[in-house]
Amino acid sequence: MLTGFNLQSVSLKDELARPVQKELTSLRVNGEEHDLYLPVHHSLLEVLREELRLTGTKHGCELGECGTCTVLIDGEPQLSCLVLPLQVEGREITTIEGLADGADAHPLQEAFEELAAAQCGYCTPGILLAASALLKRNARPARLEIQEALAGNLCRCTGYAKIIEAVELAAGRMS
Amino acid sequence: MTPKLESVGKPYPKVDGAAKVRGQAVYADDIHLPRMLHCKILRAQAPHARIVSVDTSAARRLPGVVAVITGRDLPIKFGILPVTQDEAALEGEKVRYVGDPVAAVAAVDEETAAAACDAIAVEYELLNPVMTIEEALKEAAQEPIQPYTRRTDNIHRQVAYEFGEVDAGFTAADHIREDVYFFQGNTHLPMEQHSAVATYVDGKLTLWSSTQVVHYVHRALARTLELPMDRIRVIGAVHGGGFGGKTDPFSHEIVVAKLAMLTGRPVKCTLTREEVFYAHRGRHPVLMWVRTGVKKNGRITAMHFRSALDGGAYGSYGAATVFYTGVLQTVTYALPAYRFEGSRLFTNKPPCGPKRGHGTPQARFAIEMHLEKIAHEIGVDPVAMKRLNFVKPFSRAVNWLRITSCGLEECTEKVLAASGFQIRERRPGHGMGFAISTYMSGAGTAIYWNDMPHSEVQIKVDRSGATLFCGAMDIGQGSDSVLAHIAAEELGLRPRDIRLVTADTDTTPIDLGSYSSRVTFMAGNAALEAARKMRALLVAAVAEKMGVADVEEIDVGDGRIGEFSFLEAAELAETKFGMLTSGGSYKPPRIGGPFKGSGVGPSPAYSYTAAVVDVDADPRTGIVTVNKVWIAHDIGRSINPLLVIGQVEGGVYMGLGEVLMEEQAFRKGLHKWPSMLDYKSPTFLDTPPIETFLIETIDPEGPYGAKEAGQGPLLPVIPAVSLAVHDALGVWVEETPITPEKVLRALETKAKGEPPRYGPKSFPKIPYPPLVMVQPPAPDDLRVGAELEAALGGGS
Repeated sequence: MLTGFNLQSVSLKDELARPVQKELTSLRVNGEEHDLYLPVHHSLLEVLREELRLTGTKHGCELGECGTCTVLIDGEPQLSCLVLPLQVEGREITTIEGLADGADAHPLQEAFEELAAAQCGYCTPGILLAASALLKRNARPARLEIQEALAGNLCRCTGYAKIIEAVELAAGRMS
Repeated sequence: MTPKLESVGKPYPKVDGAAKVRGQAVYADDIHLPRMLHCKILRAQAPHARIVSVDTSAARRLPGVVAVITGRDLPIKFGILPVTQDEAALEGEKVRYVGDPVAAVAAVDEETAAAACDAIAVEYELLNPVMTIEEALKEAAQEPIQPYTRRTDNIHRQVAYEFGEVDAGFTAADHIREDVYFFQGNTHLPMEQHSAVATYVDGKLTLWSSTQVVHYVHRALARTLELPMDRIRVIGAVHGGGFGGKTDPFSHEIVVAKLAMLTGRPVKCTLTREEVFYAHRGRHPVLMWVRTGVKKNGRITAMHFRSALDGGAYGSYGAATVFYTGVLQTVTYALPAYRFEGSRLFTNKPPCGPKRGHGTPQARFAIEMHLEKIAHEIGVDPVAMKRLNFVKPFSRAVNWLRITSCGLEECTEKVLAASGFQIRERRPGHGMGFAISTYMSGAGTAIYWNDMPHSEVQIKVDRSGATLFCGAMDIGQGSDSVLAHIAAEELGLRPRDIRLVTADTDTTPIDLGSYSSRVTFMAGNAALEAARKMRALLVAAVAEKMGVADVEEIDVGDGRIGEFSFLEAAELAETKFGMLTSGGSYKPPRIGGPFKGSGVGPSPAYSYTAAVVDVDADPRTGIVTVNKVWIAHDIGRSINPLLVIGQVEGGVYMGLGEVLMEEQAFRKGLHKWPSMLDYKSPTFLDTPPIETFLIETIDPEGPYGAKEAGQGPLLPVIPAVSLAVHDALGVWVEETPITPEKVLRALETKAKGEPPRYGPKSFPKIPYPPLVMVQPPAPDDLRVGAELEAALGGGS
């Protein structure tokens, strides 16, 4: 056996030998009910993307480090990679697909588009949802409040500048 | 030049913005195909070892496993540069870093594939790992990391040039100084983990990938899978961030293609975040030594620069990177004589490659600090001394690089005035730093030698509207939007009216992709040519219909061509000419001088940037807080100022991360922090306000005068921060990242009365090859292309 770093810290083949526990799980996502028979250990991120094909929710680490997979649960930003579906039965889950009001974009979405606050766009869904929760509880946040509210979301393209400007622009238009 | 611009220069939203903000953009990992299998790659757990055996039998027996492959299934090596085809999609004989791919599994789901990888037994014979520049320079204990260098040490590539009379330059100097610097390696950290999906149907392979260059992936697949290129289609999925990190062809792209061919089912592989740290190809750690001679007034008489690059285990772009640490020195400050010696070393770490600025940020960090120290020593104002040595517009450097438009002076004026640098507040712990930089608007030579265009664009118009086709890959920087702006400008439309088909090797003409800041300049010029040809067809048809003899009298703009709407004009032209299509190509002119190796460094135009950074540095904690950055960038012309400012701000941010916190470091053969939590990068709270100024110098060869914006603005930020720390505390931190610990160590040495610095002590003795002596051109010799070829008598 090597003394080196073990890329898989647990023996996955032994894990696989164990029977997978599945549960019937009811999730309410973007106002729609879904009854799913799910392995209990799958994260909400996996279920949203792979079972419901809501691929607007992205992932950057699957370890709760980057904020990319942020969704809203009862209006609060949560990292979907750290949430198990059974924990959120009966709660209101909002993904980026549910942020717009039908065909009408959310003011944040309009502002992000207008100011090119989305470059590669990969962190954008998570940031939009976190920003929407901020504006719900604080209609005219100060710049530092925006930075604090979004500090858990990493972006490598923009230097955050255009994102902050877009949140301010949307806040101004919404109030 | 177009007299009045309607689309170019306007801050229109990006053409892909709406889909991205609604979560509707389809990235590679978002692709789900019927019966799709999931792939996991087993990676080496030792930094340097021979593979004795690989036993996949237990993995194959696991329910849900469909295929398992090893190095035997993919024996043909590949690599981005023709001279270093040294990677195997799955290594069969030897592993060279922790994370090197060894075997791969396709299974019904990701968990089964991961479990099957765990069930593969690999027997290794361990070899001593080589983990540092110093170790790589020594005789290898057992065997060198790569066999093809035919050496007993781990030196991969060396360059040694002398341009002009360097010894005479030093003799003429009133003052000479030497310094040593170290730039730590760091990684791109794109938010999107690399991902690829392959299908193989009816003898035809299709691959969707998060790549920066579909063409290079296309070539690597053809080579390793032994398929003709017309049986392979590579499509760039919407891209989740590259910064250079997705410019090489990668193991997982070849592996999923092979597995799709073997299983007849679609196969996807998405790297974990930890694997992204191993895929790397990021910033080379570089140790540098520089010696410069100046006159009393600070004018440079000669420079001698040495670099030693810690390359990691494979070639990647490294044979080019070693040049880039040296060659662009001559296009910032005018050097009358320049000697450059560089070495790239192999080590048992993930391969380094191109990251934003490719090999040049390291040298900028060193040179800007070194010149500042000289200025202090000779009692000249550092900014004045730097300005005295700025290169001049429309001149030729001592190593034959040709400078066209150059807004260094204007950029400097802007940031000095806006920041109040020269009247800055003098209080303990507060400081400001000023630095400059340059970058290429596309590499002047292709990765693989050929005389074909670097960019090709096709435009199709019919009664339904206009469509532009180009192989360029939008990696978020907005290259699709730039192409749309240019076509729209010429056709009298708005950018959003142009339909775009990009980065698809079946349908789009060749473009060499998104690296070396080349797309706006090169694909932009190709788009301009195609659009002008199309415009001529439309105008001719309209002129005939209107009975106007002179086509110059037909106005194009606001969605109209002469008396007709665009679609009416399209109908007229389609009626007159039949199917309407036009093409444009761009190939940069020959610029390099008459010596081997002159192909790295030339670019048809260089962007220029100046920055001032304001910091507070706490002498008790060593913590450096950046208060504000002022940056002025000579963009030539902004095709879309919103996108240019976005590139500048992103570059500033990434530079701040590199100088203050980011570090790809290793301990006992292992990556110290292969996770986003441990690999520190700036958050919303760490990024200061950035004030950006765009300077338009209208380059004669850029499309509408445009130059690059994606890479140059990162470069001055790093030395400007380090100089600001010196301004604040009086200590030189001559190694990145400037962590609080290093600041405190430098303050300790200052308190002891030793030289107030933290940084490398010396530069190792390296056996260099004999210098290639190059006769410099006349500084006003601007000949390029055929004219230059004729003058040089066809020599290369």
